[in-house]
Amino acid sequence: MANLKEIRNRIASVKTTRQVTSAMKMVSAAKLKKAQDSILQIRPYADKLYEILTSLSASLENAEDSVYTQQREPEKVLLVVINSNRGLCGAFNSNISKRAIELALTKYPQQLKTGKLQFLPIGKQAEKFLKSNKFPTIKAHNEVFDSLNFESTALISSELLTNFTNKKYDRVELVYNKFKNAAVQIVTAEQFLPVEIQEKKKTATGNFNFIYEPSQEYIVQELIPRSLRIQFYKALLDSNAAEHGARMTAMHKATDNATDLIRDLTLTFNKARQAAITNEILEVTNGAEALNG
Amino acid sequence: MLLEIITPDKKVFSGEVKLIKVPGSKGSFEILKNHAPIISMLDKGTIKIVDLNDEEQFFEINGGVIENKGNRIIVLAESV
Repeated sequence: MANLKEIRNRIASVKTTRQVTSAMKMVSAAKLKKAQDSILQIRPYADKLYEILTSLSASLENAEDSVYTQQREPEKVLLVVINSNRGLCGAFNSNISKRAIELALTKYPQQLKTGKLQFLPIGKQAEKFLKSNKFPTIKAHNEVFDSLNFESTALISSELLTNFTNKKYDRVELVYNKFKNAAVQIVTAEQFLPVEIQEKKKTATGNFNFIYEPSQEYIVQELIPRSLRIQFYKALLDSNAAEHGARMTAMHKATDNATDLIRDLTLTFNKARQAAITNEILEVTNGAEALNG
Repeated sequence: MLLEIITPDKKVFSGEVKLIKVPGSKGSFEILKNHAPIISMLDKGTIKIVDLNDEEQFFEINGGVIENKGNRIIVLAESV
């Protein structure tokens, strides 16, 4: 039977761990709420922009001739790997890293061999993983998660856009966790640049005879990079919400496990205590018996 | 006229207005009631609105786009 003091110490330590994990769970729940709210905030903007863009490009003949839709042989490829800055969120980060590597090995093995495939990690976990596996990475942007807002992400996405138009990269892909609900994240890899031409839908512009200022073409050309920046921001927001969701679930499980552990340990502790008492009584009665006998 | 000013981070303004003046890319212009439908790019500058109580409000924007149709105006601003 284990030592009473030992068990008591273990119970105490598991209890503190449980306190920590349940506090982390609460923090993540609060942050998740905030992250979800910002996803909701961006939706009206994104929807409206998309609406204007599609209705405009539907009425234009050569709307696709933008610098951002130019299809080139993917010689130089950039993979943007969006992870989190912190760990303790279950398989959140490793799923992304796995997907990114898989994508590199299956879709771009040639580019990987010749060193034409580069990684842009966003989040410390991604940076650590890529560097330790000796993948060619460019400067990480870990600071965006400190205060996630449109302006800070627009800096990165604008950089990506100029690098694409300068032909520094022929293709840019994003790998990130899409937020479904608190417990479910969908690992997503999508092409960011060039823009994939979607099936044109004739969205009814209504019977409005719009005045376009300065011109229809100009507006479309201006709006495409804007909507790309929004898309990038949305990916980051999704990943952020997914991270908190993942951490919340992970911490919830950890708290449950700690509770189970404590129950088991208390049982063992009580058994050990009972055994010790029984032993003592036995000794006392034995001693008394010996004196009488 | 119902006006909404939206940025990626939040909804900045939503409500009835009498007049809105925006920095269009071909020059600043005003929209009053029953203006013809218009979509225009906006430059960096100030949006001026006059609400129903004749009170003026100003918003600094960093470029954007405005859409007006049927007395419903939506301004998508990059940042305010």
